[in-house]
Amino acid sequence: MLRGLKLFGLFARISTLNEMQYRANFFIQLLQSFISLGTGLAVLAVVFSYTDNLHGWSGGELLAVMGVHILMGGIMRTVIQPNMGRLMEDVQEGTLDYALTKPEDSQVMVSVRQFAIWAVVDVLMGIIVLVWALVSIGNRTTLASALLFVVAMFLGAVMIYCVFLMFTTLAFWFVRVWELMEMFQSLYQAGRWPVGIYPDWLRAGLTYLIPVAFAVTVPAEALTGRLTPQTILIAAAFTLVLMWVSRAVWKYGLRHYTSASS
Amino acid sequence: MLARARDYADLYLVNAKTAIIGQFQYRLANLMFLVHLVIEPLIYLIVWTNVAEAQGGSVGGYTASTFAAYYIVWTLVRQFNLSLSPFSFEWRIKNGRLAGELLRPVHPIHYDLGFFLGIKVPYVVYWLPAGLILWLIFRPVIELTWWQVAAFPVALMLGFLVRFAMLWLLGLITFWTTRVSAIFDLFFTLELLLSGRLVPLELMPGWAQDIAAWLPFQWAFGFPIEVLIGRLAPDQIVRGFAIQVIWIAVSYTVIHLVWKRGIKHFTAVGG
Repeated sequence: MLRGLKLFGLFARISTLNEMQYRANFFIQLLQSFISLGTGLAVLAVVFSYTDNLHGWSGGELLAVMGVHILMGGIMRTVIQPNMGRLMEDVQEGTLDYALTKPEDSQVMVSVRQFAIWAVVDVLMGIIVLVWALVSIGNRTTLASALLFVVAMFLGAVMIYCVFLMFTTLAFWFVRVWELMEMFQSLYQAGRWPVGIYPDWLRAGLTYLIPVAFAVTVPAEALTGRLTPQTILIAAAFTLVLMWVSRAVWKYGLRHYTSASS
Repeated sequence: MLARARDYADLYLVNAKTAIIGQFQYRLANLMFLVHLVIEPLIYLIVWTNVAEAQGGSVGGYTASTFAAYYIVWTLVRQFNLSLSPFSFEWRIKNGRLAGELLRPVHPIHYDLGFFLGIKVPYVVYWLPAGLILWLIFRPVIELTWWQVAAFPVALMLGFLVRFAMLWLLGLITFWTTRVSAIFDLFFTLELLLSGRLVPLELMPGWAQDIAAWLPFQWAFGFPIEVLIGRLAPDQIVRGFAIQVIWIAVSYTVIHLVWKRGIKHFTAVGG
């Protein structure tokens, strides 16, 4: 675990140094983040010009959900997605061998190689939106709820990683998995709203198939004083299950991997 | 003249066929694409249904079942007006693929148009089950008259031509600068907000509707939907057709002019 973290730190530094050569990309990312923030705010403004609460959530509280959504999306695009994208490429090109022949655990290895520094913009923007939201709803945050929020965020990120890894492992069988990633991205968009608004069948899917509920709604619940102890316990248990299953799927996939070329 | 028209027809037919056969191969990809397509309007539909219910049943004249009709027709319009993405255009220029295409005797836009007309066939075929499922779940209400049914395909087709031209024109910017992704993003955001894609334009604030009236977006998206679900009177529909035709004429003229200048500017990269 510790070695994994150290490895991650090292790779992150290399990626960052490399990416620092292309500073223009930072401004493009910044612009894109602002555009998407503007869109999100416009949507909230239109919805709340017609109503003052959506399924029990006020405008300010929904802004908090949006902040968590941007923040989690930033984490995903900084550390999870780039690694899974690289993994997919490696399977297609047959270059995964280079990662597999390293003495480190293969799952750790494929999960820490990439780090997209510019996506950190979204992490910062998410935090700013979140703080702004909390101030606007009259800060009720206690130390306990802040701690719960951090725990819920951590569990949510781990769950997203596990599901992402399982999807990517499918690349061992189907080479065109980009569509799957696209699908994942659009399902993640559903997390912009608290999952309570969705009909049961969709809410179940967004909770246990794609854990958007745990990744976004639950941390937002922690901050707005809605979180029950049961929910966080279920989140923790489900995280453990996903870790175990995704590990098994990865091992199984690896046994099926035959280097594609050269 | 007649022979030339026949040549063009052949060209379109071949490109359309290639697109149809090619797209039907990827069944799994098509399925996932459908999920990708459906989830976006589904979110909007559920959010607005919630708002309508909180407001005692309707918002700005839309009830839960009118919203359902709007967003289900939305999925068909969206499938139908998919066009060459400016990102593909950028890729084509960056990779030097355009250099080869320029050697052909026919303007490249004809190949693209033929391809995207053809690809409608598999797109609509794959849409049918998705549309049916959404229909059964959300129970939309549409009162159809014969003129709505007759006008819808025309509005849909003209709408596609408007959108195709806009996106092709946008792709042409890549001739002058290769850092285009931010411009494209800005464009798609404006489209999202001002086309009726996010929410029926009637529900946007008045000033936003005024801006939208001067832009082409709604004529490729919201207009065909409103035609079919019966939000427009016959004279409004005829007026809409006229505006669509004007936008088509304007944008293809601009494409013609920009293309001539751009092509002089173009230097191939790679091969």
